[in-house]
Amino acid sequence: MKNVSSVNRILIAVCSLLMISAYFTPLWQISLWAPQYPEGLNMKIWIDRLSGDVDIINGVNHYIGMKHIGVEMFPEFTYLIYVFGFIIGFGILAAIIGKRWSLYTFFSMIAILGLGVLVDMYLWGYDYGHNLDPTAAIKVPGMAYQPPLIGYKELLNFLAYSGPDTGGWILALVGTVLLYAVITEVMKSKKEKVLA
Amino acid sequence: MKTRLWLLAGATLAMALATGCKPKGAQSALSGDAASKVYVAPGQHDEFYNIVSGGFNGQMSVVGLPSGRVFKAILPVFSVHPENGWGFSEETKPMLNTSHGFVPWDDLHHIAISTTNAEHDARWAFGNANNTPRIARVDLTTFKTVEIIEIPNSGGNHSSPFITENTEYVVAGTRFSVPTGDDASRDVPIDTYKENFKGTISFISVDKDHGDMEIAFQLEAPPFNFDLARAGKKKSHGWFFFSTYNTEMAHTLLEVNASQKDKDFIMAVNWKKAEEYIKQGKGKKVKAKYAHNKWDEDTHMATSVIKEEVLSLDPRELKDIIYFIPCPKSPHGTDTDPTGEYIVGSGKLAAIIPVFSFTKMLQAIENQDFEGSVDGMPVLRYESVLHGEVEKPGLGPLHTEFDGRGNAYTSFFVSSEVVKWNIETLQVLDRVPTFYSVGHLMIPGGPTGKPHGKYLVAYNKISKDRYLPTGPELAHTAQLYDISGDKMQLLLDFPTVGEPHYAEAFPASLIKDKQVKFFPLEKNKHPRAAKGINDARVERDGNKVHIYMTTIRSNFRPDNIEGIRVGDEVYFHVTNLEQDWDVPHGFAVKGANTAELLVMPGETATLRWDPDRVGVFPFYCTDFCSALHQEMQGYIRVSPAGSNVPLKYSTGLTE
Repeated sequence: MKNVSSVNRILIAVCSLLMISAYFTPLWQISLWAPQYPEGLNMKIWIDRLSGDVDIINGVNHYIGMKHIGVEMFPEFTYLIYVFGFIIGFGILAAIIGKRWSLYTFFSMIAILGLGVLVDMYLWGYDYGHNLDPTAAIKVPGMAYQPPLIGYKELLNFLAYSGPDTGGWILALVGTVLLYAVITEVMKSKKEKVLA
Repeated sequence: MKTRLWLLAGATLAMALATGCKPKGAQSALSGDAASKVYVAPGQHDEFYNIVSGGFNGQMSVVGLPSGRVFKAILPVFSVHPENGWGFSEETKPMLNTSHGFVPWDDLHHIAISTTNAEHDARWAFGNANNTPRIARVDLTTFKTVEIIEIPNSGGNHSSPFITENTEYVVAGTRFSVPTGDDASRDVPIDTYKENFKGTISFISVDKDHGDMEIAFQLEAPPFNFDLARAGKKKSHGWFFFSTYNTEMAHTLLEVNASQKDKDFIMAVNWKKAEEYIKQGKGKKVKAKYAHNKWDEDTHMATSVIKEEVLSLDPRELKDIIYFIPCPKSPHGTDTDPTGEYIVGSGKLAAIIPVFSFTKMLQAIENQDFEGSVDGMPVLRYESVLHGEVEKPGLGPLHTEFDGRGNAYTSFFVSSEVVKWNIETLQVLDRVPTFYSVGHLMIPGGPTGKPHGKYLVAYNKISKDRYLPTGPELAHTAQLYDISGDKMQLLLDFPTVGEPHYAEAFPASLIKDKQVKFFPLEKNKHPRAAKGINDARVERDGNKVHIYMTTIRSNFRPDNIEGIRVGDEVYFHVTNLEQDWDVPHGFAVKGANTAELLVMPGETATLRWDPDRVGVFPFYCTDFCSALHQEMQGYIRVSPAGSNVPLKYSTGLTE
């Protein structure tokens, strides 16, 4: 197996280190606006906790029978810190190893993590929006309240937004940079094959 | 290779931002002429009086429309008002008497302005006390509370004080059902709610000439929560409609337990039928203790009488008084349109607004088109009584008013908007946002047979960022809309006093020339009035000292008083000798545990003062009355208990 270029090797190291930011910045955000909340309600999802107007959002949503959002709702919070730790550790290792397979594995891990988080978010959103308390005060026939995965969606009198926050954007950047590294290595290897 | 990288990064960013455009919400643009529409030039008068409930301050306020200017921030009704001595002066204390004794505060939610032939005559404004159930009547020539009647067998007098079209009755439906009767039948476990609790509806008759109220009869309705009410008018005169919730009859966690049924009821009451039964002697006198307080304009004092019984009617036995109309999801407002044909139920948790037809209701009753019964009282079939449903009107409908041109306007708390719709076709015609979360709305004459459909006021529950902030507690806010055109137009935001719920407005011309300017001294029958400066005196009666004091620009008589002892009860009976408009005098004395007095021209008012220490204490006029107002003052000397300093009083003498 061939070595990666020294540029890519540095990129792998930088990306690994950038991922440490996930412990200090929010990864995802959900915002809600309504006529009486012109300034919006904002909830931030961190690697192991929630912050922002969670209590107010819970207060508003319980009328339509949505579940109470809390840390206990996300088992992910208990293991995500280890998953990130493992991937970061592997990234640093990959930079040291400096082989193409280590880059590809590192990239795959991040890609799977990213995809996994999105799938997980979707499944949570589906359950949160559909699985309503049958004794709720307000029941609008045929209405579900699944938040958007990414972007905006109107839900009754609320406009909802869901999207990455600082940490999420950094992860997206990491993924993009690594994708670039992967592409350059793949192209290089193709050239080598042609030459061979 | 480098270009490739940037392209890739750019593409990723573009994809991320593609979903990032925030859709534009409904913006309410103020058009340029809004200011001129609410501008009332200096010295000019507003077109409408707006009598506004003060909610948790227990009072009313008086506002002009369209300017939103406040003329009377507090017209004291159920709460004490130290500013003018309401509830502190000896004359006004009986007004706040109840079967529980003196109650210094209440929660006033709704206003009803008196009507004749379903049109405002604006002789009186009625207000409800929500907490310790009472109804007050305010005289609109003096803007003074002149009568308060307590409602027995009630808890949470919310479904009140709505009136019939000739002000024959003002009603009081209980929000909380409670056990009634003797001590044994009231001391019951709360979980025997369904068996032992009663939802009483009181009909209080109003004397057509003088306004005096009496509890005519009480209906023993099922233990639902009665929320709001409206009388039928014109063709539906003789009927009264009450919205109900908690027909689940829950007694705990109502937020969940009272929201389970798809339909609650609007209770239709045939009060003419009830009158017939009373004439036939079918009513039953039952023991019930309540206070009835009246203000006397001649003696300038109130009297409180405790009454012992009410006439009760049992609609389970006396047929045809009560019918139930099913209405979706905990109806809040129930409103009848100006013709009296349509009854609008606003189910606060419902996704539609049902409109019922009075004609169809009568038909359904005649055809016995019932879908069930509650304790022997028929439940009419929903579809048979329904005129139609307004589809997708908004979220959280609460109240509806009318413009007299065939349109209805409903307030939506949850979606924070006012929606205009056509009563006949049930089509939604327009919607405007409110800032924020509107509760009641009001059109001048809106609940009567003759609305003045020019303005609409939304009384909002949330203010947030509308004004300069004032810490955690913000002014409640109202918005004025022009509704004279096809589209509603926001004209004005104005802060309000207290926490307004309902309000009513009527043309200023109805009462502005009938205002009392002062009270003629010769008609003053107060037993302790000093009708001239020669009557000014001080009298001792045991440890009670009565000071008969006069005020005129700018002196008190007497203004030097001696011979008072620690432990005395001192009564300042202050008569204002002025006989001109807008010359009240104030009276305040150091260390008073009461308040001040504001005495209107020709009036006598009494402040009790209990001197607790030896010394010389100043008193002065608190209402800037003349150029020499600051000279309007006096001294009262207090000697030790048992002192033999003689009782002495004077004005203007130097020894």
